[in-house]
Order: sequence, then C-alpha cells, then structure tokens
Amino acid sequence: MRDAFADEITSLAARDERIVLLSGDIGNRLFDRYKLRLPDRFINCGVAEANMISMTSGLALSGMRPIAYTINSFITVRCLEQIRVDLCYHNVPGIIVGVGGGLSYASLGGTHHSCEDIAFLRVLPNMTVICPGDPVETRLALRAALKHEGPVFIRLGKKGERIIHKQIPSFSIGKAIVARTGSEICLLGTGNVLPLTLEAADCLAHKGINAQVISFHTIKPLDRELLMHVFSHFSIVATVEEHSILGGLGGSIAEWLSDQPLLKGRLLRIGTPDHFFHEAGGQEYARHRLGLTSESIAQRAFNAYQEMSIN
Amino acid sequence: MPEHTDTKITQVVTFSEMETIARHIRRKLVEMSHKANTPHLGSALSCVDILVAAYWGVLTIDVKNPTAPDRDRFILSKGHAATALYAVLAYKGFFSESLLDTFAESGSCLAEQPGPNCVPGLELATGSLGHGLSTGIGMAIAGRLQELSYRVFVLMSDGECNEGSVWEAALFAPAHKLDRVVAVIDYNKWQATGRSNEIMAIEPLKQKWESFGWSSYEVNGHRLKDLVEILKKVPDGSGKPIAIIAHTIKGKGISFMEDNNNWHYRVPNLEELKQAKDELGLS
Repeated sequence: MRDAFADEITSLAARDERIVLLSGDIGNRLFDRYKLRLPDRFINCGVAEANMISMTSGLALSGMRPIAYTINSFITVRCLEQIRVDLCYHNVPGIIVGVGGGLSYASLGGTHHSCEDIAFLRVLPNMTVICPGDPVETRLALRAALKHEGPVFIRLGKKGERIIHKQIPSFSIGKAIVARTGSEICLLGTGNVLPLTLEAADCLAHKGINAQVISFHTIKPLDRELLMHVFSHFSIVATVEEHSILGGLGGSIAEWLSDQPLLKGRLLRIGTPDHFFHEAGGQEYARHRLGLTSESIAQRAFNAYQEMSIN
Repeated sequence: MPEHTDTKITQVVTFSEMETIARHIRRKLVEMSHKANTPHLGSALSCVDILVAAYWGVLTIDVKNPTAPDRDRFILSKGHAATALYAVLAYKGFFSESLLDTFAESGSCLAEQPGPNCVPGLELATGSLGHGLSTGIGMAIAGRLQELSYRVFVLMSDGECNEGSVWEAALFAPAHKLDRVVAVIDYNKWQATGRSNEIMAIEPLKQKWESFGWSSYEVNGHRLKDLVEILKKVPDGSGKPIAIIAHTIKGKGISFMEDNNNWHYRVPNLEELKQAKDELGLS
C-alpha cells in the first residue's frame, strides 16, 4: 500500500499544482521520484506532527491540496487536537495518510501499534475515515479524497500487501465493495485485514459455510444502505479489523445497529482486545497472539453461526 | 516575486488618528466585556495597539474583497482576545459595528473566541493556543508556491509560548527561509494565573527566537509609530522569519486594570465601566 501511495501521489501531483506532500521525516527513498519531479511541493516537516497538521490546514485554507504523511500512530493520536481544530473545525480539504495502521509495525513495540486511531478520528465532525483494503483501493481512496471538500484520513498498512482487486472496482467514499459473494455469513473487513478476511472465508468454505466478504473501506461515513441489506439477509455479520474492538469498524456498526429496528443479523466484532500488547514479534505473530488469523476468525464466525442456527 | 509595496493599503491614517481609533476600541472592549459578562479583558486591552498598527498601518487588505488571494494574513492566535479583533474588523469596515453589540449573546456569530468564518476578515478560528503560528506557516508556504507576495502576521501571547507546538513551528520556519512569516508576541508578562516568567522560563525571549533562527526585534507594544515601523520591515532582507517581542501591559489604557492580572477573568461593573470611559476621555 505504501508503494502504491507513493506512486499514485507522484502521478496525481504531476497533474495538479495544488497538491503538496508533507512528510514527518519518513519515507527515505520512497518519494525520490516525487521529489525529483516536484521538489517544491515536497516538504519534510521533521519529527513535529503538531506543526505538520496545522501547516496542512494553513495550506488548505490558502487553496492548496495538502497531504500529510507519516507513521500512523503519530499522525493521528499525537496531534489529535490539531486534527480536530485546524482540519475538522475549519472543515478544510487536508488529507492525512498514516502508514503502519494496526499491527503493521508490531515489531517496533507498543508505541508503534496503532489500534485506537480510528476510534479517535471518526468521532470528529467533518472527518472522513478510509481504510483501503489493498494497493488498488489505496490509489482509488487517494483520488477520491482529493476530490472531497473536507478532511480525510487514509489509514494504510505497510508495503507488500497483495492485490485483491484484479480489476479496478468502482470506488466511492462511503460505498463498500463486495469482494466475494456468499449467502450464509457476511464478513466485513476493513483496511489491511482484507486479505485475511478473504482467507477466513476460504476456511469457512472448508467448513461448508458460504461467506460473503465485503471491503468496508470507509468507516466514516458508514455505508448504511449496505449495512441494512446485510443485517437483513445474513444471520451473522462479523467485522474484522486490525483495530481495537472499541470504537473502530465494529464499534461504529454497533452504534448504528442500536438505532435500528430489530434486524435478522447478529453483529460479531473481531479486532484487537482492549489491552496493550507487550511482546516482541512481527505482525504475523501479533495477529496470531491476538486472535487475528484466518482460522480463528473463521472459527469464531462459525461458532456464532452455529449458535444462531440452534436458537 | 514582486516586492511588497504599500500602494494597496486601502486606508492611510495618521498616528494621531490611529491613537484615537485605539482609544475608541478600548472603550468598546470594556463595554463588550461589561455587557456580555465575559472575561479576558486584560488580554484584549494588551494587544489593541498591535492590532491597530497592523490593520491601519501595515496590512495589505481590502475590506471589499476579504478573501483576495494576495491579501496579507493576520492571525489572532491568542483567540481569547477576540473582542479586540472583532472591534478592529468592525471599525475597519469588514462588518457593521452594530454586530459588536451582539457579542457573546446566544445565537450571535460573535462567540467569546472566534469560530471559522464567523465574520468577514477573520483568517482563522482560534481559542486553543499554539495553533496560529503553524497554520500561518502553511499559509506562507502556499503563498510562496502560488508566487504571491503576501505576508502572514501571527499574534501570540507570552503564555501561549508555553505550548510545545509553538516551538515546533519556531524550528520549522527558519529552515525554509519563510521570511514573510511574522510572530508577534504580546509580551505582557502575565498568563492566566500568574507571572509568565515564574510559571515557565520564558526569558530570554528575544534571544530564544534569535537562537532558533528568527530575525528578532523588541518593541514597545503600545507605541504605534514604532509598531508600524517594525511591522513594515517584513520581509526584512535577512531571509529569516521575523519575531517581534512586543512589550505590553496587560489591561493597558485603564489605570486600575493595568498590570493587574485579576482582569484576566474579572468583568467590569457599571461604575468601573464609567471610570474606564472617563479615563479614555470617551464618556
């Protein structure tokens, strides 16, 4: 996703003079091509995220289309008040791109785990929250964000995620994408767990369950139409995210669900637990320890489905 | 990039006229605080002369075209002094003076601290300290990219310099030679609950900015001529952003409020209002 972002922003900025890329002293070599082509519109802001976000607002207030980029845990929570006041309160078209969402940088320790950011940003008025599910969605999300007239947060994984969309899907902010059709269980995956969610559907298939998988890339605004449909047709709707079960995709759908009349579907939230993870190890290990493997996702969805069938 | 000129200043006034304007604004601020029962009068009175010098003597702005891309920007980063900015913008002609009478009333667009686009001429919603300088830097970069020669003046309080984000901005601007960014510090030596130099080690303030790479000046923040002269220097040819340490008196202009920090929160009663007006010669 990271490389797709760098490539896409280079092409987009070459065509749009309003685009300015701000980096929080990361992306060594990543933006070489951008910097070569557009040196004036690349700003290394140093390790100073609060300043970077306020600058993003100042640029946006003056007719530019700034995109601020750094490590997800720092570009969200560290400068939350700047995001709230300077971007959201002013409702300016400034884009925040965080790399290393969720457990992407698990090996760097708890300071770099980013499993609460969605919860913080999605409650801010005017904010749009997008978690692209693969490199293709990353490009499409960036294009859509640049056409949006308010602040947008794009949460990326890291590099090397596999491409899910073999063909370019139709992409709009707030419109989820069906990645696999099915009829018994619905899995809503957001962001970098989309491949994992599809693998979980494979596991369910081995258990004889036909699961639908949806790339629920926009967490705010929610795709209410799709939610109404899936909760009316499936007995189990499971959210999958590399984010706390509090306040992320699962949390926001739980809020939505509590305002609806009784629907057929039961919500199952699968994400990281409400505690810090202290062990060393990479993303795969952390996912394994926190129950975010295709087998465990499939098993939990399967168990819930069995329970509903018995009842 | 064309050099900044004075030719587009829409209104030229003498210093004596500016002093009269400042006096009228001070009276208005005391009235607004009294009528609306709002705090921060001392903070507002502290920066009146800086605002008057900027708006009547320095800024290239057009009240008929408040969003002109090439206008100078003035950001009141110390948003709690909003009454001073509201009065200045109204007296300058951005909106009707009668609107000031609605200040802080339920439903009015003039809240105790300014919201986004609440009135024409307002560049930034403020109230949370430590945002204005960084945002102003973003505006200045936009100007450079768009080949516009506007300047960005950011008025901060000394208490505001407690905020870490101010020093992030202070580190950034010189690295990028943003010589059209001006940090003006309303240095009245007080913050909300005490002496600013006792709460945090503000001093030596000028040297701090200088050592961060800013072209730094000190000025009497109540002498209009000196303020205009120094604010007009921007850009000053050094290639550096400019920091102006304006030595001020909190509560300036009303004897019993001057350098008395109770007036950070206190609201004048009817008798005090009358006395203030008498002192200003505007009963």
